Amino acid sequence: MNYYNKNIECAPRSEIEALQSYRLINTVRRVYENVAPYRKKMDETSVRPEDIKSIADLSKLPFTTKQDLRDNYPYGMFAVPSSEVVRIHASSGTTGKQTVVGYTAKDVDIWAECAARALVGVGATKDDFVHVSYGYGLFTGGLGMHYGAEKLGATAIPASAGNSVRQLEMFRDFGSTVICMTPSYAISLIEMMQEKGFKKSDFKLRAGMFGAEPWTEEMRKQIEEGLGLKAYDLYGLSEIMGPSVSCECLCQCGMHICEDHFIPEVIDPDTLEVLPAGQQGELVFTCVTKEALPLIRYRTRDIATLVYDKCECGRTLVRMLKPQGRTDDMLIIRGVNVFPSQIESALLSVDQKATNYLLVVDRVNNLDTLEIQLELRPDMFSDGVGAIEGYTKKVKAAIDSAIGVGINVKLIEPKTLARSSGKAVRVQDNRAIKNKFEKK
Amino acid sequence: MLIDQISVFVENKPGRLAGIMEVLRQSGVDLRAITVADTADFGILRIIVNDTDKAIEALKNDGCTAAVTKVIAFRIPDVMGALYNVIEKITAADINIEYMYSVMGKMEGRADIIIRVQDSEKAMAILKENGVMLISGDELCK
Repeated sequence: MNYYNKNIECAPRSEIEALQSYRLINTVRRVYENVAPYRKKMDETSVRPEDIKSIADLSKLPFTTKQDLRDNYPYGMFAVPSSEVVRIHASSGTTGKQTVVGYTAKDVDIWAECAARALVGVGATKDDFVHVSYGYGLFTGGLGMHYGAEKLGATAIPASAGNSVRQLEMFRDFGSTVICMTPSYAISLIEMMQEKGFKKSDFKLRAGMFGAEPWTEEMRKQIEEGLGLKAYDLYGLSEIMGPSVSCECLCQCGMHICEDHFIPEVIDPDTLEVLPAGQQGELVFTCVTKEALPLIRYRTRDIATLVYDKCECGRTLVRMLKPQGRTDDMLIIRGVNVFPSQIESALLSVDQKATNYLLVVDRVNNLDTLEIQLELRPDMFSDGVGAIEGYTKKVKAAIDSAIGVGINVKLIEPKTLARSSGKAVRVQDNRAIKNKFEKK
Repeated sequence: MLIDQISVFVENKPGRLAGIMEVLRQSGVDLRAITVADTADFGILRIIVNDTDKAIEALKNDGCTAAVTKVIAFRIPDVMGALYNVIEKITAADINIEYMYSVMGKMEGRADIIIRVQDSEKAMAILKENGVMLISGDELCK
């Protein structure tokens, strides 16, 4: 069994906790001094930096949410001057505003180490060709895994996403051995292989790191069979770092969190109380080494479970089980974060009266689909097909450009959507039902 | 002649067309002509009935989205090239035909045709000039 940083990855729990406590104390002092919104939050809850003496005091600190990042858009939560920031990433957000995150040179280096640990965890060495098909750009996926591959000394292939046939040719010609991409993209590559006559024996693939969207065990089997590799779960979010906050090891039994950098907690999303280990709840992270954006108790909205049992791989770092859903209404469609409010505002920008709609998310042949069902109104209806099709095209174009994912617009007859007396049901996620079914 | 045609929005799902037909049956109106324009996602049912007001009321009461459109009905002999002769005249006058359908019925030696154009008055004038027989809704299929 290989490790990138055995001293940390296999450290006794007491040592991990001592390191976490030391780093937490320093981080809290630093954010109190340098980040005005945190100073305000802590003053409001009467927590002084000196009250934090160890990780046992973590629960005294206020939470951070995506809304805090929005309220302080773009750089208001940064703890260092811009002269120290060497990189910006951003993720999609509601109402057009992105969530902006920054990194110092040291942050980039730590992130690269986390990604290198993840790569070694799935068996990669410097002899590997790490083919990164996450998007390169503001999205953290591409550059995050790229820097990890270089840190490890492997050969990074910055393929980015898209152009499926070229991806397969590169697998074959460049000798890619480890791939990083969304699971749904892996599935679509498998379909492309069949269409274009590629065989898995054409490739030397042996491991794949899949993340950025929910996927099932059934998809894992399909990807492993279709591409001839072992498929591992990779987790991350830009607010905390990016991909490799946690990753599965060869045992494929939960993702080891780089908890020397990110302290995890699981809370009850309603009472906000910290839950005991092993109980499912909302995952919360505190960054204790980040310089540019050290978020304190950041609520991920992902529902997960922490497992502290010893892993057969020898790592002592806590494992998180695959997230089982979200506590907010964010949807992840083919790896892209989509908020229903983004879709609504795009829809209303085309048609102010279009208030009766339903978003239907499904998974067809293991690919996420997104459909908006819109009730037709008599004033939209004319005898011609063209006018109605023109309307649906306009709606589609507005939503596609707002969320960056293709949506299918379906007109339905008036008054066919269920009316509720309270909050209207706007989202029907059929994937959740399927996930439940597939697990059994 | 310019006659009333009812257009009904039909969601693309099984049984929807049958549901609309049931509404019309119960309202007691008589269908003179029927055609469906369909896209991948929805359809528009176009019908001509003996009592437009009654049909519209029944459809709207049932929650259907329906609208009345004026279309032109004319009669041609059932001989080779007869429809071409008429269409050619309309086209020559630079009138665009949005859609067209023929009406089925127990008719020997002739066919009844429905067309929808932007400029109905002009199209009808051209048809009359060329001796094409315009017909009323009541005369359809009779």
